[in-house]
Amino acid sequence: MTDLLGAVYEIFSSESTYLNGALFAAFLGFAATGEWVAERSGTLNISVEGMLLGGAFAAAMGYHLSGSVAVGLLTAVLGGVLIAGVQAEMSHRLAADQFVVGLTLNILVLGLAGFLENEIAPETTLAGRWEIPVLSNVPLLGQALFGQRWPFYILYLLMPLSWWLVYRTRWGLELRSVGENPQSADVSGIDVNKRRRQSIYYTGLACGLGGAFLIFGHIGRFEDTIVGGRGFIAIAAVIFGGWTLRGTLAGCVIFAGALSFRLSIQGLGYDINSELLQALPFIVTIAGMAIFAHRVRAPAALARPFIRGLR
Amino acid sequence: MTAVTADNVDAAGSSDTQAGRTRRGARLGEWFALYGTSIFAALVLSAILVEVTGGDWQPVVSALLDGGVRRPGRWGETLATAAPLLIVAVGTVISSKAGLVNIGQEGQLYVGAAIGAYFGFLIGGPGPINVVLILIIGAAGGGLWAGVAAGLRYWRGVPEVLSTLLLVTVGGQAVAYALRWEWLLLAPEGRRGNRNQVSEQLATDNRLPRPDLFGNEFPLTVFISVVLAVIVAFALSRTVWGFRLRMLGRNPRAAQRSGVSETRYGAMALMLSGAFAGLAGAAMLTGGGFAFGNYQIVPGFASNIGWTGLLVALVAYEKPLAAIPVAVVFAGLRTGSNFVSSTGVESRITDVISGLLVLALLIPAAVMFLRDRRRARAAATERV
Repeated sequence: MTDLLGAVYEIFSSESTYLNGALFAAFLGFAATGEWVAERSGTLNISVEGMLLGGAFAAAMGYHLSGSVAVGLLTAVLGGVLIAGVQAEMSHRLAADQFVVGLTLNILVLGLAGFLENEIAPETTLAGRWEIPVLSNVPLLGQALFGQRWPFYILYLLMPLSWWLVYRTRWGLELRSVGENPQSADVSGIDVNKRRRQSIYYTGLACGLGGAFLIFGHIGRFEDTIVGGRGFIAIAAVIFGGWTLRGTLAGCVIFAGALSFRLSIQGLGYDINSELLQALPFIVTIAGMAIFAHRVRAPAALARPFIRGLR
Repeated sequence: MTAVTADNVDAAGSSDTQAGRTRRGARLGEWFALYGTSIFAALVLSAILVEVTGGDWQPVVSALLDGGVRRPGRWGETLATAAPLLIVAVGTVISSKAGLVNIGQEGQLYVGAAIGAYFGFLIGGPGPINVVLILIIGAAGGGLWAGVAAGLRYWRGVPEVLSTLLLVTVGGQAVAYALRWEWLLLAPEGRRGNRNQVSEQLATDNRLPRPDLFGNEFPLTVFISVVLAVIVAFALSRTVWGFRLRMLGRNPRAAQRSGVSETRYGAMALMLSGAFAGLAGAAMLTGGGFAFGNYQIVPGFASNIGWTGLLVALVAYEKPLAAIPVAVVFAGLRTGSNFVSSTGVESRITDVISGLLVLALLIPAAVMFLRDRRRARAAATERV
């Protein structure tokens, strides 16, 4: 037992734990920030998984064709927004069920990415590392937060931007009102489904960036398993965080911690039940939701479609 | 899951006049045109995809047909694959009628099959009785696994969409764990060959009979699944229980007012849909065949049957009987995909085809729904 405690201490005092944790958290952060915006408008997109994978594949293709990371980033955004477009137009212009569309999109994108990857096999690379002076020398956390590859730092722009958009602009106010009481919003002249579509497009943008980060900032090559269900964990992080951006970020950090802990303890040669460790992030997520889902108030119209005069 | 169906909103003039009749005829034409166009578009898109990546679409189609129906013995295989798909889909219909979104069938199926197998080996009774026991216990196991999500939903307010989904991975890992210990599922030394995570095979008298029809053999589950679909269709449309379930799905508040307990009926619906998935798993275990391994639990046993069954239910728009042909089509795509790789095209193209098909099948109903509304509104303003 003391042996294990020693190992845990070793994990918590090594820089690589924090480095890995920050990488996982950042990936979740991109997706969760986007999904947070969409959920504030009253939509629940399980297609986040597909948007991430689509973004990652588009990033890989963009780099494969142009040889430039910046172009890859752009195509990734396009890929994410394209999939978000299918989700948005089908569930909030046509009146198809959003879960049905989301689930189908996930399966479709997974099949498509797997198929195209085998046919094309895009070549990718890792982006350059940017060390922020002074800050990156802080012990333990310095390298993790300020010594990453440059796509990582987009998150530092995306999160404040999302916060500002949702809480400090007219668009954000309308977005939140659509999520709380679509009937009233409709009466006061806001196009409910248009706002919801826009919020889903924003999710696509964020997820595209997340996919690009995964390719250029973390893994460096495309496989169809690289997202591996983490889109769903990002959705859980939003719920865990009680639909605030602060809480969402905290959720990302905690779930990323569970993912990173798994890697570290196996790296140290401890074989404590690999099945349990594999399932750990998911169990933590379920437990987190079970504890917090009651204490927080969701957007009142979350996951309820709006059709004027009917629902 | 509130799917938009054609009869949700009746077209404006439903009176039995000449005008009403022609309008209804035109409507039927519109349905056919919409479905035809969107399915055609999905297929053309898939063909373009194959062509763009340097393949040829004709051999792919003929390989799909060969693998799905044409070659000897293949349609038996297709039916054998369709059976668990149909069982999963019928279960999904129950939970979506109650307004719940269960998307964890893959896990419920796997856990159900594993629990069925565990007790099957533990009890080891005489053949036919044990088969029935395995099926029942498998269903109970799947129901219990869905019950976890139901408990979280009604006790802690966790959305069932996410909990069922996350439980898929947890369930998969739990079974993988069980497959590492001899006191759980792992076959004893000497009976597992050189593989390390595999359960014992069911004894020959513990398997479902596989009748042979015109050189095509398939397990009894094919008949069981059709019977189940009919029973569920009847129960949902013609019994008080089914009426309450549908009321809960359409308008939970009205259901609550008229004395339908949301917790009781909702949890029941969710657990029933899990039980159907578990039953499908047990049916795959006892039915065997090329498609589902050798009457034993192995990692990856569920092999996407749960996911595909869910898609079947979505495409069938909450109608158990409509799920029968849809299940056969998706099963055909699946068995056909084994033949596709011989054409030099990656066989995952069938995943793309089925995904595009599902999206294509979602569009017509949604378009018609909006059109009917627009027409009804136009008629209403005319009257004023």
